[in-house]
Amino acid sequence: MHAESQIREPLILGNKTYSQITDDIIRPVEGKANKYWYMLFTVAVLTFLWGLGCLSYTIGVGIGTWGNNNGVDWAWDITNFVWWIGIGHAGTLISAVLLLFRQKWRLGINRSAEAMTIFAVICAAIFVLFHTGRPWLDYMLFPLPNQFGSLWPNFNSPLLWDVFAVSTYFTISLVFWYIGLIPDFATVRDRAINPWVKKMYSIMSFGWGGSVRHWSRFEEVSLVLAGISTPLVFSVHSIVSMDFATSVLPGWHTTIFPPYFVSGAVFSGFAMVLTLMLVVRKVYNLQAYITVKHVEYMNIVIIVTGSIVGVAYLTELFISWYSGVEFEQYCFLNRATGPYWWAYALMMTCNVVSPQLFWVKKWRTSLTFTFVMSIVVNIGMWFERFVIIVPSLCRAHVPSTWTMFHPTFIDIGIFTGTIGMFFTCFLLFSRFFPVIAQAELKTILKSSGEKQKKEAALHAHDHEASHSH
Amino acid sequence: MNNLNFTFPQKVKTFCFALMAVGFISIIASFAVDTPSVADAHYHHTRAWANILIGSFFFMAVGLGAAFFMGLQYAAEAGWATSVKRITEAVSWFLPWGLSLMMLMFILGHFGVHNLYAFFDKDVIEHDVKVQEKMGYFGAFWWARTILYMAGWLYFTHKLRQNSVDADHVSDNSHHWKNVKLGAWFMVLFAVTSSTASWDWVMSLDIHWFSTLFGWYVFSGMWVSAIICITLIVVYLRKLGYLDFVTESTIHDLGKWMFAISFLWTYLYFAQFLLYWYADIPEEVIYFQQRWENYKALMWTMFFINFTFPMIMLMSRDSKRNFWFLTFVGFVILAGHYLDVIVMVMPATVGTHWTGLSWMEIGPFLGFLGLFIFVVFTNLTKRPLAVKNHPFMDEALHHSV
Repeated sequence: MHAESQIREPLILGNKTYSQITDDIIRPVEGKANKYWYMLFTVAVLTFLWGLGCLSYTIGVGIGTWGNNNGVDWAWDITNFVWWIGIGHAGTLISAVLLLFRQKWRLGINRSAEAMTIFAVICAAIFVLFHTGRPWLDYMLFPLPNQFGSLWPNFNSPLLWDVFAVSTYFTISLVFWYIGLIPDFATVRDRAINPWVKKMYSIMSFGWGGSVRHWSRFEEVSLVLAGISTPLVFSVHSIVSMDFATSVLPGWHTTIFPPYFVSGAVFSGFAMVLTLMLVVRKVYNLQAYITVKHVEYMNIVIIVTGSIVGVAYLTELFISWYSGVEFEQYCFLNRATGPYWWAYALMMTCNVVSPQLFWVKKWRTSLTFTFVMSIVVNIGMWFERFVIIVPSLCRAHVPSTWTMFHPTFIDIGIFTGTIGMFFTCFLLFSRFFPVIAQAELKTILKSSGEKQKKEAALHAHDHEASHSH
Repeated sequence: MNNLNFTFPQKVKTFCFALMAVGFISIIASFAVDTPSVADAHYHHTRAWANILIGSFFFMAVGLGAAFFMGLQYAAEAGWATSVKRITEAVSWFLPWGLSLMMLMFILGHFGVHNLYAFFDKDVIEHDVKVQEKMGYFGAFWWARTILYMAGWLYFTHKLRQNSVDADHVSDNSHHWKNVKLGAWFMVLFAVTSSTASWDWVMSLDIHWFSTLFGWYVFSGMWVSAIICITLIVVYLRKLGYLDFVTESTIHDLGKWMFAISFLWTYLYFAQFLLYWYADIPEEVIYFQQRWENYKALMWTMFFINFTFPMIMLMSRDSKRNFWFLTFVGFVILAGHYLDVIVMVMPATVGTHWTGLSWMEIGPFLGFLGLFIFVVFTNLTKRPLAVKNHPFMDEALHHSV
């Protein structure tokens, strides 16, 4: 028998029944989009198109259109790549790690977070695929036989490890997300009136019948995928961090990078989940399923991961002094007080100081404050990568190579373009896919529904009373 | 729920004293025979002293790891382990003993009785510019930090335990909420001090060497060691007929933690190793070179036991539910993490004088183990084995996966 403590707050508010849950979550898929959706969608698509234009220009003219130069040969491209990959991590953490930890609150948000992962990884991939300079030769990233040309990938390079890590990550995340969607597609199929819609969702649901056997397999597959995904949460961003940490460049070469990058990734990912979910719950009227308690839990994750990142910043800073290595010492001095001091200050404020405000319960349960903070954290995490990359490169070992980095409008255009693409994908997702895993959510109704919890409390009370008689 | 009051079996008590006697005699004996293979003015029974430091640190860290796990469960609203909470509490209160032993070693070091720490050694300071540069961090500031860590950890551990026992006598949740708050604050203190303490007490043995990841690596080792000790005691007490209310699923979950944190340890150990090996910068890679050249077998054994062994042995569900098996694996990994501390400390202190693992290590280990079991089992007799009025206790009693 499963028991849930009365001090745990309900995760499904109101007097909900199974059929109401279905109605509440599936209806947005069946109905027509409102004008806000169209407005947002238009903005997103236009930004996306602008990014596509900049990308096309890059392909036509070359990487010279970016602000990169001889000293700073990695800049916004890799910053954006790491930023997007990091954002993706929350989805995997929520769907895999929180599943293993049996955190019921993940069910309100896992579907959207997983979708976000997929889209974020696609955005990230754009930057690496195009920074190769000749994207039509990108197949050479894979270990192909030498007959394809003289370039056999360097297996010692973390950039190649990245290819494996990110593609595995993308594949597993996609499968995980899709498997979860199957029962929900079947529900949309069963409710559909239009035969074409029925046909479409029927194909997508792989003939799901909802029998016990189907469910048992579903749960088994989920557990196996969670087991595979959990190491991936660690490996992907660890390997991304090794793109820097295996080098001998001061500021990049430090052992704390792998776990610190993982923590930072989860931190930024949760911020993006919050940005999206706070909008989604309002637009689709899902306040009963994505409750203030969900937001509070996510904010606690933000405090924890933000503080881990903060400890890592201070560790790096301290050890650079403690090491007695002058290059290291200069590098950190330059970060904090050099020409990019403002980026460093922004990073410290957004990532270390601002999450601490969530210690105040009133603030971490305020939706407006959370929304603002989620944007702040995303800005901070973008600057974290910028601070690691650009100030280290613009003041490297040889002072004659010292130079500043200035982004061009193409840099900015491609970056904002990926944001446009991300939101285009997410808006389409929220139009056609159930944004909450409604079939799975129903499994916690009895233990964590508001009404059901109240009834259980009454029952326990009666039980006690009858015992004492 | 019956048999809530643990009585320390006389046989086990005698066994503990026997272990302590073995430890004591072997420490005394190792002082007699511990001389360097080649003449070295800096070698004064270094290996014997290092073994005392290793034992003190390892079991102190087990206590600290348990305290951390206890605080974490409050902060994370975890319910499944409430039924074994009293065991965690008992293990955590080895902390005053472990810290006293550490303090004793520091005081002896300060007065030059042993010279494990270079920053206590006036001779080294005088001739080493790089150490001189760091003396602002060591010296008085080092002592201030050491006292702060000890006071802070003891305060939080004591408070968390005190509230837990006080809660047995009141029917509301006020003590639980107090502990949630305390747990969260302890996590903050621990996040900083677990790293800095491992720099100050362990990394500083290699006075020139540095690694930003070192603190987290040491932390993961202490965490998994603490989980193993908790698990072993739970299984043992059940065998004696106590803890019948602890479900198999709870022990299964403890096994999962052993498995998972073994991976965390491996991840952190390997990350540190890979990055220094890969970049091959002399002042960094020397740490692994020293270990590779003089401690190769020990390093490999340690890595195999702490990574491959739990991975293979604890992968399946059945292995975590076979308590005989779990006990066996637990003991092996615990020894593996003791070896890990040996590989941290010995190359930095004994260095090239190392002649291989011998009774000089095993004897003190058994002695400290005896002390640890004695203290923890005595702690266990002091309060009922089950918490009362804990809001999550019902979840743990019905825990089934």
